[in-house]
Amino acid sequence: MGRFRPFLLMLAALTIAGSGFAQSGSLTIESWRNDDLGIWQDLIIPAFNAHYPDIEVTFSPTAPTEYNAVLNSRLEANSAGDLITCRPFDLSLDLFNQGYLASLNDLPGMENFSDVARSAWVTDDGSDVFCVPMASVIHGFIYNRDIFEEVGVDEPETYADFLSMLQVIKDAGYAPLVMGTTDQWEAATMGYQNIGPNFWNGEEGRRGLIEGTIGYDEGGFVEAFEALAAWRPFLPDGYQAMSYPDAQNFFTLGIGAIFPAGSWEIGVFRPLVDFEMGAFPPPPPAGQDTCYISDHTDIALGMNANSDNQEEARLFLEWMTTQEFAELYANALPGFFPLADHDVTLNDPLAQTFLNWRNECESTIRSAYQILSRGTPNNENDLWNVSAQVLNGTLTPEGAGAAVQRGLESWYPPQQE
Amino acid sequence: MKPTKRFPVHLVVFLAPATLVYTVFMIYPLFDSLRLSMFTPLPDRTETFAGLANYVRLFTDANWAPFLWNAIRNNFVFFAVHMLVQNPLGLLLAALLSSHVVRFRAVFRTLLFLPTVLSIVLVGFIWRLIMSPIWGISEDVLGLFGLAHLNQPWLGLEATALVTLSLISVWQWVGIPMLLFLAALVGIPDELIEAARVDGANAWQVFWGIKFPLILPTVGIVGVLTFVANFNAFDLIYTTQRALAGPNFSTDILGTFFFRTFFGAQLQPGNPTMGATVAGVMFLIILGGVLVYLFAYQRRLQRIEL
Amino acid sequence: MTRRPLRPGRGFGYWAQVLGAHAVLLLYSGIALFPIVLVVINSFKERRSIFRTPYALPDAESFSLVGYQTVFSGARFDLYFLNSLFVTGVSLALVLLLASMAAHALAEYRFTGNAFLGLYLAMGIMIPIRLGTVSILRMMVALGLTDTLWSLILVYTAQGIPLAVFILSSFMRQVPGELKDAARIDGASEYRIYGLILPLVRPALGTVAVFTMIPIWNDLWFPLVLASSERSKTVILGAQIFLGQYVNDWNAVLASLTLAMVPIIVLYVIFSRQLIRGLTQGAVK
Repeated sequence: MGRFRPFLLMLAALTIAGSGFAQSGSLTIESWRNDDLGIWQDLIIPAFNAHYPDIEVTFSPTAPTEYNAVLNSRLEANSAGDLITCRPFDLSLDLFNQGYLASLNDLPGMENFSDVARSAWVTDDGSDVFCVPMASVIHGFIYNRDIFEEVGVDEPETYADFLSMLQVIKDAGYAPLVMGTTDQWEAATMGYQNIGPNFWNGEEGRRGLIEGTIGYDEGGFVEAFEALAAWRPFLPDGYQAMSYPDAQNFFTLGIGAIFPAGSWEIGVFRPLVDFEMGAFPPPPPAGQDTCYISDHTDIALGMNANSDNQEEARLFLEWMTTQEFAELYANALPGFFPLADHDVTLNDPLAQTFLNWRNECESTIRSAYQILSRGTPNNENDLWNVSAQVLNGTLTPEGAGAAVQRGLESWYPPQQE
Repeated sequence: MKPTKRFPVHLVVFLAPATLVYTVFMIYPLFDSLRLSMFTPLPDRTETFAGLANYVRLFTDANWAPFLWNAIRNNFVFFAVHMLVQNPLGLLLAALLSSHVVRFRAVFRTLLFLPTVLSIVLVGFIWRLIMSPIWGISEDVLGLFGLAHLNQPWLGLEATALVTLSLISVWQWVGIPMLLFLAALVGIPDELIEAARVDGANAWQVFWGIKFPLILPTVGIVGVLTFVANFNAFDLIYTTQRALAGPNFSTDILGTFFFRTFFGAQLQPGNPTMGATVAGVMFLIILGGVLVYLFAYQRRLQRIEL
Repeated sequence: MTRRPLRPGRGFGYWAQVLGAHAVLLLYSGIALFPIVLVVINSFKERRSIFRTPYALPDAESFSLVGYQTVFSGARFDLYFLNSLFVTGVSLALVLLLASMAAHALAEYRFTGNAFLGLYLAMGIMIPIRLGTVSILRMMVALGLTDTLWSLILVYTAQGIPLAVFILSSFMRQVPGELKDAARIDGASEYRIYGLILPLVRPALGTVAVFTMIPIWNDLWFPLVLASSERSKTVILGAQIFLGQYVNDWNAVLASLTLAMVPIIVLYVIFSRQLIRGLTQGAVK
């Protein structure tokens, strides 16, 4: 488009100005959270309008699988919304580096977020923060209390307990673990990254990967693949073709006992189940005192640097740093835990259970998200692929670790030494 | 054809609108995108000319080449299933529908073409439900033939996923060759067939001896359209297996490989220049197929006609 | 092989053939319809019956419209349907008009660059227009057409022209020259001759119409990128977004699949009578 660009941009500016597209006082939010449309329309936006009645806000979600692609196209074409929902780490960092996201260093209220909460949306040197953190999600296991009582098992203390409990449930005729591998991401996210931190000691292992002191082919990272491989006999028949929504239905229909979960499932399951749900954190190996959980910074909101409504956008972002928003959001979406330092009470007991683990266990985030997914091959995509293969039985735990490590070493200097 | 003498105003009137719309909204954007394959991005969001470096990388780099060859191989499997199942099936159905002995031909024609009018999004979703182990439909259907024990998670195994998806695609698209063959078959003059019948040929002989040679041009068109469509395919695999085309990339074809490279997937950022390079390779493959059709197949047909 | 003349009403072989032909057609019709019917009947059942008795028709106990209630409270399918109808209708009309004009010129007149232009226009058959998405989007922004149905119509018209020109020009070349020459002697203008030829290639127009209409109606990609706002959503985009949102609610999924399928099926059944008539009359012989 090269030479035509200035001309086209001028035309664009003219037509957009003329079309009433950029009415003053109106904001459009880009998001992949299409599940939350109702919550934004009925709760969050009205609460914001109670303070700023003149600012019209539209929540405009795109399907999660298409979000990155569509957002990039729109940003490039300068047709994206004023506020942009931020994926954690590099995807948003890229947008910031390309000048699509504005720096929010001087946004009033940012002091309510700790360095850990901000970590997914700052530059590598920490000098710029570009999204307001909204929520994290915690991994663990959600179970069917009725089945637990009927079979006579209890929440496990150690990983060995966990496996023997799965055997008891299987012998009683229920599918112990409800998960499929066809969509791949559950195997990595709800499988490997859920149980793994207990084996690689959370942050210690994750930072070791970044610094190059440990690899996916050694120590806890291979043990975690071994622990994952132990799930194979306990997955439902045909799990290789079971999709994520299939698994959700399987569990909520009451034919499976335990759902390897992210906390966001709470809100999804509530209206569908007619049994009591409980939750337990990923059990550590026997003899390990400290437990680790994946408390993953997942979602934030930033401002389109080319927005025509920067003033209004900043007012909205500022409001998002308040106690009011944190409480509203956390209770509207049980399982999405606020990242601000406010004290928030949760109405949902199951969500509170997940949140309590923050006090009992050490928190970490998913291993591939910071820095390691910058190169080709993409570390997170590799983990999806091998985790699914480990569960499908087409790759050994050692083979999985070696494959991921090979990919990482091929481009990441600290791992090459 | 009639040679024109004066300045042919009508020629411009006839040709300009189509050529203009087509050039502005299709050719220009395509070439603008292909131009990208000769460039490599700089950190400041501009791009610098790189010649064929991206193509060299795609074919030689250990992070790219295995995926490219895997996608090309899978794409040929996908194409082979269509050529071996879809087109013969389309021909069979068209032959039956053009036969005078069949009753309710219009009804059958309408029913058989039905899957073709549905969106791939819907078809992908419907078959995902049907193949889902939680609904158990595929097991029940096999059970009808006493084969329930042979049921597999078809879409979840590396050995079966690609062929299963190809067959779903055949289920959807068989209407197209069927319609093209049918149009050709009903265009055959009745006198030719009657003459053969009088000579004592049976239906089988009439079909292969008279009808099939006459519809050879259509066979060629169906072949090349299948080739082009299959090497552009994307939606079905994207809807059922997502951008990572699992399990273990066993269903990855050029379309999904292009999409993943160009737009990214999950944490993998999009790479427009390498994506454009993949698109360039797709373009060359498709061009190759079309040239084979134009110069080998059509030429030979013309010689036969002469 | 026995050489026996086949005439209606004769012999075992004849009846076996008739029976076999119908059996094959019936079997394949079953295969074509089974998934569609399964989705439609289960869309009228409550959740547990969907999983427990998928093949049963809904009865008093299992009948439920809860899926449709979810769909109608969660999405404006009536609006999406009108959008799709408008986009498909206008694009189809433009493709047929522009392509038949160009095809006529290519088939009828000898001029410098005829072969080149034919090849140039046919080139588009083999390139996925998706490759040009980013440039197309930039252009639409420049024209102020994002989130309008016209952005889709322009792209779909461009996309439909190559195949339409290809098919129509090859049909038009088969129209006997005497007809046109006779008209010219009678003093008909070149535009009048185009008007004369058009009805003669009706079957080809029908085929082109079907092949143009289906991908436009069913496209997901361009509505997603160019016109994804609530007021410009097409049925397929609406269904895709709805399915993504309610993916684990099978009632809603099956109901929205049914709603997205039924209009195009009805349209097709109406349209197919015209198409078949055109095909079987076979004006070009």
